[in-house]
Amino acid sequence: MNTTILQPRARRMLLTVVAGLLAAGSAVASGGGALADHANVDVGNVASLQRGARNFVNYCMGCHSAQYVRYNRLAQDLGISEQQLIDNLMFAAQKPTETMTIAMRPADAVRWFGVAPPDLSLIARNRGADYIYNFLRGFYLDPTRPSGVNNLMLPNAAMPHVLAGLQGTHEAVFAEEGESGATHTVFREFRQVTAGQLSPEEYDQFVRDTVAFLAYIGEPMQLERQRLGLMVLAFLLVFGILSYLLKKEIWKDVR
Amino acid sequence: MSGARTEAAAGNGRMAQLVGWIDERFPLTSLIREHATEYYAARNFNTWYVFGVLAMVVLVIQLVTGIFLTMNYKPSAEDAFASVEYIMRDVQWGWLIRYMHSTGASAFFIVVYLHMFRAMLYGSYKNPRELLWLIGMTIYLALMAEGFFGYLLPWGQMSYWGAQVIVSLFGAVPAIGADLVEWIRGDYFISDITLNRFFAFHVVAVPLVLVMLVVMHIMALHETGSLNPDGIEIKQHKDSRGIPLDGIAFHPYYTAKDLVAIVIFLALFAAVVFFAPEMGGYFLEHANFEPASMLKTPEHIAPVWYFTPFYAILRSVPSKGWGAFLMVAAIVLLFFMPWLDRCRVKSIRYRGWTYKLALGVFAVSFVALGYLGLQPATEKVYVYAARVFSALYFAFFLLMPFYTRAEKTRPVPERVAYHAGK
Repeated sequence: MNTTILQPRARRMLLTVVAGLLAAGSAVASGGGALADHANVDVGNVASLQRGARNFVNYCMGCHSAQYVRYNRLAQDLGISEQQLIDNLMFAAQKPTETMTIAMRPADAVRWFGVAPPDLSLIARNRGADYIYNFLRGFYLDPTRPSGVNNLMLPNAAMPHVLAGLQGTHEAVFAEEGESGATHTVFREFRQVTAGQLSPEEYDQFVRDTVAFLAYIGEPMQLERQRLGLMVLAFLLVFGILSYLLKKEIWKDVR
Repeated sequence: MSGARTEAAAGNGRMAQLVGWIDERFPLTSLIREHATEYYAARNFNTWYVFGVLAMVVLVIQLVTGIFLTMNYKPSAEDAFASVEYIMRDVQWGWLIRYMHSTGASAFFIVVYLHMFRAMLYGSYKNPRELLWLIGMTIYLALMAEGFFGYLLPWGQMSYWGAQVIVSLFGAVPAIGADLVEWIRGDYFISDITLNRFFAFHVVAVPLVLVMLVVMHIMALHETGSLNPDGIEIKQHKDSRGIPLDGIAFHPYYTAKDLVAIVIFLALFAAVVFFAPEMGGYFLEHANFEPASMLKTPEHIAPVWYFTPFYAILRSVPSKGWGAFLMVAAIVLLFFMPWLDRCRVKSIRYRGWTYKLALGVFAVSFVALGYLGLQPATEKVYVYAARVFSALYFAFFLLMPFYTRAEKTRPVPERVAYHAGK
């Protein structure tokens, strides 16, 4: 079943253009579905990251680990004390020096879901923030699936819609396009079936915070790296001017 | 001038005694003279001439960062991926060391490709510099091996499947192909054993060979002397002391000039390391942030960008055997440049339109093939385009003896053109 919005050819062209833009070193994009919306995450927004951390430990960590992320590093970067960390973000009997592992064993997960839920430490670097943002907003009712839902970004995803209580449920409207004999299914829109605890705007913000957190744990040092980069470039600028003046002085007798 | 400097140093009491003591036991002063203060290069080097020294800078970056990475990296299928993330997150400055190394890999190929193109522009491979070119080409081969072995080490999906694709190419060797592939992997698939041996090659064998070849490259260069953008042998016009009239001492003139180039290069390098270490997925591929899994083939496998010109040639041929043959041929032909080119004039400045056109076509083809090698092979138009550019790539080499023999060149001046400007 083709659930993508764009035709494969057009999508590939689009991805090529996107890849060209990415060479400038901006955002990240990959994956199977069409990236309908931009996540617009801000990894420098500590409040957003704190909310995202709360969302992650409450809604994701039942099944997904972040096994390379150390709790106390998290607390340090997110500006929270060790006590706040233990009270709000740590529910298992772990120490703050440990990493965000989970109790569910991969073998059990395979039995229950068909696949082991991936570790999410690097998911934002692997699939891109936009992909996850659209994935978490892409669930729709599909009675043919064991979980009762399907996903626009990852067709036949094994993951159930754990955020349905917040978002509510949706059905997807598809349409047939193209001439007879060569039609393909295209996605039109989502229709709300049941309401959730959050309004659509609140839900988008909820997802955005969560994705911002995932983008942060993908590369915890990214803000530090940019700060340091400016100092390195400033040094090289001064060094460059001095070395140019030295070259000019030495070369003045070359004719 | 450099002579006066040495005499001044000699008059310096204790320091001079120490140097004298060393010189009786090791040729320190004569080495410095031969390779720096009394090594004469033409005064008219342009920007194309900085990439050799930049390649040495990158080599040092790679060796030093590589040593520090090795202190925390674990070469086992079980731990490799996690140890890289450990370096990125828990090792002090580990992220910086790792990004410098990953950026350095791509930077190495960028400067080496530009360095090789410089040689093609100004005829640096021609008599009497054929051996210099051959040693350089061997460095390029070693560098490709180094890049290939190193790319498996992070043990991500693209590491794994990229290695799988490239190793399987050896299966195209007639008769012994299948056994050869098994022998290279040391297993029936890319495994822990393969990772261990690639690690050994990446950190010991190939770097050792690389460093030795670089020393040989410089020795060969200093034997013949550097060429210049005019393609003139400056040794043909010397003054009464035997110093080339158009030559200036490598030190201090070119050390000072190269320093400026090095700082500019480091600024660009730092811009990538600190602000775009993934370089949009070209230096660090997105798919490689997922641990290797032999059960899950990625949708789209492409080697790292510096191999894609040759990968595009491989894919443009329907038969795997011929594809692999042409891919190897595309590299081997480069070795024969000094003998394929029949024109006596060295520099492109005085060569005819045929070589200028051919070199332009070659450069465009190489870049285009590099782009096409990154694209999915499912699109027919990419395959046809790769065929056209592969044909042009080979035409550049195979037709070279013909279009360079009858080339209409311009007269080469006796002395280099240099305008002390600014």
